Order: sequence, then C-alpha cells, then structure tokens
Amino acid sequence: MVILHNKLRAVLPAVMLLLVVCMTSPCRAQTQASALQAHPQAKNSCLDCHSILPDELGVTEEKFSHDIHSQKGLTCVSCHGGDANDDDAGQAMSRKAGFKGKIAHKDVPQLCASCHSNPAYMRQYNPSLRTDQLDQYKTSVHGKRLAAGDTKVAVCVDCHSVHDLRPPSDPQSKVHPLNVATTCSRCHADANYMSSYKIPTNQFAGYSKSVHHNAMVARGDLSAPTCTTCHGNHAASPPGVANVANVCSTCHVFQAQLFSSSPHQEAFTAAGLPGCVTCHSNHEIVQPSDELIGTGEKAVCTQCHTDGDPGFTAAAQMKQQLTQLAASIKSADEILGRAERSGMEVSQPRLELTQAHDALMKSRVTIHSFKPALLEADIKLGMATAAKDYEAGKKAMEERNFRRVGLGFSLVAILLMLVGLQMYIRHIERNDRRKEAVAGIHQ
Amino acid sequence: MAPLEKIRSWIDGRFNLNELLAPFKKKTVPRHRLTYWYFLGGITLFLFVIQVLTGILLLLYYRPGANEAFESVQYIMTQVQFGWLIRSIHSWSANLMIFTAFAHMFSVLFLKAYRKPRELTWLTGMILLFLVLGFGFSGYLLPWNTLAFFATKVGTEITGQVPIVGKPLMIFLRGGEDVTGATLTRFFGFHVAVLPGLATLLILIHLLLVQRLGISVPPKIQAEWLARPTSQREMKFFPNFMLRELMAWYVALGVLGALAAILPWDLGVKADPFVPAPAGIKPEWYFLFMFQTLKLIPSKVAGIDGEILGILSFGLVAFLWLLIPFFEREHPARTRQWIAGVALFALAYIAGMTIYGHFAQ
Repeated sequence: MVILHNKLRAVLPAVMLLLVVCMTSPCRAQTQASALQAHPQAKNSCLDCHSILPDELGVTEEKFSHDIHSQKGLTCVSCHGGDANDDDAGQAMSRKAGFKGKIAHKDVPQLCASCHSNPAYMRQYNPSLRTDQLDQYKTSVHGKRLAAGDTKVAVCVDCHSVHDLRPPSDPQSKVHPLNVATTCSRCHADANYMSSYKIPTNQFAGYSKSVHHNAMVARGDLSAPTCTTCHGNHAASPPGVANVANVCSTCHVFQAQLFSSSPHQEAFTAAGLPGCVTCHSNHEIVQPSDELIGTGEKAVCTQCHTDGDPGFTAAAQMKQQLTQLAASIKSADEILGRAERSGMEVSQPRLELTQAHDALMKSRVTIHSFKPALLEADIKLGMATAAKDYEAGKKAMEERNFRRVGLGFSLVAILLMLVGLQMYIRHIERNDRRKEAVAGIHQ
Repeated sequence: MAPLEKIRSWIDGRFNLNELLAPFKKKTVPRHRLTYWYFLGGITLFLFVIQVLTGILLLLYYRPGANEAFESVQYIMTQVQFGWLIRSIHSWSANLMIFTAFAHMFSVLFLKAYRKPRELTWLTGMILLFLVLGFGFSGYLLPWNTLAFFATKVGTEITGQVPIVGKPLMIFLRGGEDVTGATLTRFFGFHVAVLPGLATLLILIHLLLVQRLGISVPPKIQAEWLARPTSQREMKFFPNFMLRELMAWYVALGVLGALAAILPWDLGVKADPFVPAPAGIKPEWYFLFMFQTLKLIPSKVAGIDGEILGILSFGLVAFLWLLIPFFEREHPARTRQWIAGVALFALAYIAGMTIYGHFAQ
C-alpha cells in the first residue's frame, strides 16, 4: 500500500501537467477533431432511413461512398453528431447523443474548419494540405457577406458539394479545374439569383468563348486559367483595377515586364485604366490577332489614339512590321509546301522556318513594350530567316523543274532506243526469214 | 580487222570463246501468244542489278548507326550530286523488283512451268522470292525514320510470336530485346552482305537451271503444237529474245526514272524510340496481306492464340508453296487444275487483302 501510494505521488504531477496541457485550445481542438473522426461504429443506422428518404434528406450509401470523408473513415456522426449505433431513431438523433441535425448554412464554414483549420489533425491525412481556408474565406466577398448576414452567398458545400465531396483532383469533383467555371456559373450566371448584387452575370458566357477556356476544355490543359486562377478560390474576389496586370503576369511574365516599362504603364495608371483588360477584355479574352494592333477597324489602339498623334503613328508602324514578317513567313511556307508536295527534301529549311515563326511569336510579345525600335530587332531576325527559307524553297522548285526536264530528255532517249531496237529486231528477223526462204528454194 | 573483232579473236585464241558461247547461240525460246510472260524473270534480274549498282553508290555515303543513318540519307538526298536519283531509284526499284518477282512466280504457276524437270528451278526461285522479301524488310529500316522503326518493331514482334524459336529469333534479329541501333547495324549487315551473297549464288543456280533445262512451254500450247506441228515456232535466244528483253529493260528503266523524278522516295521523320507509334501504322505493301490477315483473326481460335495460329498458318502455306511441283505425280492434269485454282485463289487473296489493308483504318 505504501509502495502504491509512493508510485501515485510520483506520477501525479505528470497527470496534472497532462490535464493542464489538454485544457489549452489546440489540444482541445485536436480532441474535438479526433472525436469527429473516431466514432467507432458497429453500424450506420443513419443510412437505414436516409437512404430511402427523398432528395433533401436522402443520402444513399453508394453516394456517400464516393465522399473523401467517407473514404477516410468519417461518418454521418462526424459532422451531424448523434449515435449511429442506436437503432432507435429518437435516441440516435437525441440532443443527449449530441445530435446537431442539419447544419445551418451560415455555420458550415466553421464546421468544416473544425478539422480543416487544424494542421495537426489534417497532417495525418495529407501533410501538404493547406489549413488556411477559413481565414482566406473570411477575406473573400463570400465570407464578408456571410459575416454580414447574407446567407445566399456560397459556403464550402456550395462549391465542394456535400455527402459526395470528392478531392479537387477527381475529374468528377465540382472544383476540378475542368468544372470550376461551371460550378461558379451556377450562381454567377443566374441573373435572378444575382439580381440583388447588381453585378454582371455574363462572365461564364464570356469565359466560354475565351482562349483560356479553349485551352482548358479543347486542349485539356488543366493549368489553363479558370475563375479561381484570377479571382482566388477560398478568398475569391475581383482583382481590382490596380492589380489586374499582376494577376495576368503570373503567367504572362514577359508581356507584363515589357508593359511595365512601356509608355502605357504610366498613361493607363493616370487614366485609371486596368493594364491588360483594357485591350484584351477580362473574361472574354479571345485569341489575340495582329488585327488588335495598328489603326484598322479592329485595332484597339484607336480607342485612345487618333490620327496624327505619335502613338497612332507607332501603332501603324508596328502593325506594318508584323504584317511584313507574317507575309514573308507565309511566302516561305507556301513555296516549301509546294516543294514538299513535289517530293523534294526540304526538311532542313522547314526546321529553320520555325525560327522565323518563333521570331514572329517573340515580336507579338515585344509589342507590349509599344516601342517600334525594340520590335525592329525581332522582325529583322525573322525576316532574314524567312527570306533564306524562301530561297531554299525556290531552289528546291528549280531543282524539281530540272529533274523533270532531265526526265523528259531521258524518256525521249529511251523511246528512241526502243524504236531503234524494234526496227533492228524486224531487220534481223526479215533477214532470217529471207535466208530461210532462200535455203528452202535451194533444197 | 575491226578493233572489237581483234579483241574477240585475241580472247578466242586463249579461252576458246566460241565454244563457250556455242550453247547460247544454239539456245532458242518458244514463240507463242504467251511469250511475253517470259520477260518477267529477266526484268526481275535487271532490277536486281539496278539494286546492286545503286546500293553500291549509296554505300559511299550511307552510315549505319542510330545517330547517323537518317542524317546520312538526308545528306544523300540533299547534298550529294544526283544522290536523290540514286536513292529514289534504289527504293522504287526494290518495290518494283518485289512486284515483278511475285508476278514471275504467279506466271510460272499459271503457265505450269514448275513441272518436272523444273522442280529445282521452282525451289530456287521461291527461295529467291523469300530473299527478296528479306531485302525489303531489312532495307526498309536503314533510313532509320519513324515509319521504318515502328514497322520493324511490329514485324520483329510478330516473329517473336512463333512458338519455341520465336523469342530467340526476335532477339537475334533485334540484337537485343528492343529495336535499337544494334538492330540497324544487324539489318545493314543482312542487307548488304548476307542477303546479296545468298541471292547471287541462288540467281546463278537459277539461271544455270534455266539454261540447262530450257524454257518451258505451257501444256495447252504444247498440245496445240502436237496437233499442228507446223504451228510450232521459236526464236533464237541471242539476239532475238535478248533484244526484246532489252526493250523490256528500257521500259523498266523509263518507269523507274519517271517514278524517281516525279515521286522521289520520301525520307520521313527521324525515328524517336521514346515517342508512341504513329496511329494506324502499317507495313510495306508486300507484307500488308499478312498483316491484315493477322489483324482479322480473332484473339482466340479454338483455344489457340489467334496471332500464333495465323503466323503458323502462313509458315505452313509458304512451306507447301515451296513443294508445289512435288504434288504432281499421279494425275498430272487433275493436279494442275487444282494447283491453278489454288494459285488463282492465292492471287485474289493477296490482292484483295492488300487493297483492304491499304484502306482499312
């Protein structure tokens, strides 16, 4: 007894210390989160009823089996509380059993965050998963409005779905890159739903025509921008006039660098115009063409510049440079194509012509400096390559013609030889017949 | 005495040339309405000579090796004077030679020229046909372009399907598990040394047999001649037949030149073993009927792997084809009819499957 008493005295401080530590919030959160996770259940009586209930309350076992939470061992009880082991619905969904019922829309972010904002808890599932979603959400337009009492705004489950929530990497997830725009459009393209916010609802229609959408959907490039790339996901909000260029420059680095050192940077800032979207639009960013620059009907330069001002002249000059290079490449391409179709081996000039294409591509980037002198260097390089390749194509066509003329002469020579041989055969056979006839007479 | 006559007299005085040439002077060729079929063997031989000559010229610049082969052929096509002509003629002539070899084989079948005593002529001719296909298969890889690379891959894979000997044979052909630079070096060796050596030897035997046994007359014509002996006609081999053969060679040369100048043989894109095979890849036309057949055979036939069954069937048919002359023993007329029927079916099958394979996706 004395020994036991002594042992208790020895461990008591440690037990007390453990209790104190567990009373602090992170540990409590972990305990709570763990409680969400670890509900040892012999069965899930919730599904007995909810799998046959209509849509609003219905969750089938099959549907829930696709949910990442289900796959990680979480159950209905993890979010809704209650006792899934109890067959009695009243007992299972009693307050005594900790049943929370349907989670109010406004409470969803907080409930999700009880796990997702806990790095220690989330680490066990995915150590690299971010845990700042709630903090970010609070800075978003959605989060701010929710805090202000607007329950129409999107919370976690509106974008991520509920009861069949899949990880974003799953192509069936509503937040998979291919599906993000459609998910956002469910609210943002609904004019009735958005009427009280007084913001446009044509973003999705515009984006659907854009080069970004085309890259994402037609080319299957999952790194192409979608709504969240420019607006953020959990912290979704419009970039704002001053920050548009920064958003675009995350991908279009060179264009942004050239633009920032161009005369337009200062002029746009002074006029309160957003950098990139002034010329390229925002959601409906179509494939830019050379028509965009210059003084033509489709040129954006004439929105600000008028005939006679230096910008107007520079725009016309740059357009002419681009047109010249594009035309030279086209000519070289055509003549090489003709040579190829004639069976000529022109793979080397074909390969070199890609350098001219690269120069044209680079020129289209250099345009963002809006300095004709800077553009000149790229254009000159491209023009020289295109001219060289055109010459190679011309030479190949001359060679083809030489071959055909040579063939003509050869065929004529062969024909003459055939006629000669035929005549000679007739001659010797006529002689043979004559000899045979003479021999016959003599016999 | 003319200079040429002097030279001839000088040689005759030492080697008795007149006696050596006497058999050629006496040699005659039957003359009838089907004589023109006799030119096919000569045209095939002419194309073989063209292959040897253009092949030697190509060897001056061609470099076997995965890193050099394509570039060296590209160099031949673009930088070497008339290199394009030599390479195009070599490629076109190869294809025409395979065509004329097949045509020659079928003409021999339909004219019943394989009969006793020409069994060995048929055998050597058939082996030459297989060698010609071997030339085609080994030569196709040499430019080391994408199509050739994957066609060789598929072709050697099919070889690997043969039970027991297939895998070792495939490794032997490839020089390893995969088609690599080692395969190219190996195929080059087969193409320029092994096959030409064997082919030259067999051509000599084949010609010797033709010379020794004379040219066959189709049974139907022979029967007509027996009924009306005055209708039997023949021509001297030299110069009458030879001059006609020369005309056929000139025509072949004209066709070759036209094809080379108007449709120079494509070089394609350099082979890259790390890219996937182009969609719908097919072998050269002369292997297409076998390839298409293997594609159409179900994966399992009576519990046996369809592809293996197809390969073994082709092997068996080729073996039986070799032995065709030996089936004629007891009832020659009936057997000949049966053989003609089979030959007609084979010709229709090869032509049909080749066309189907060409247009199939």
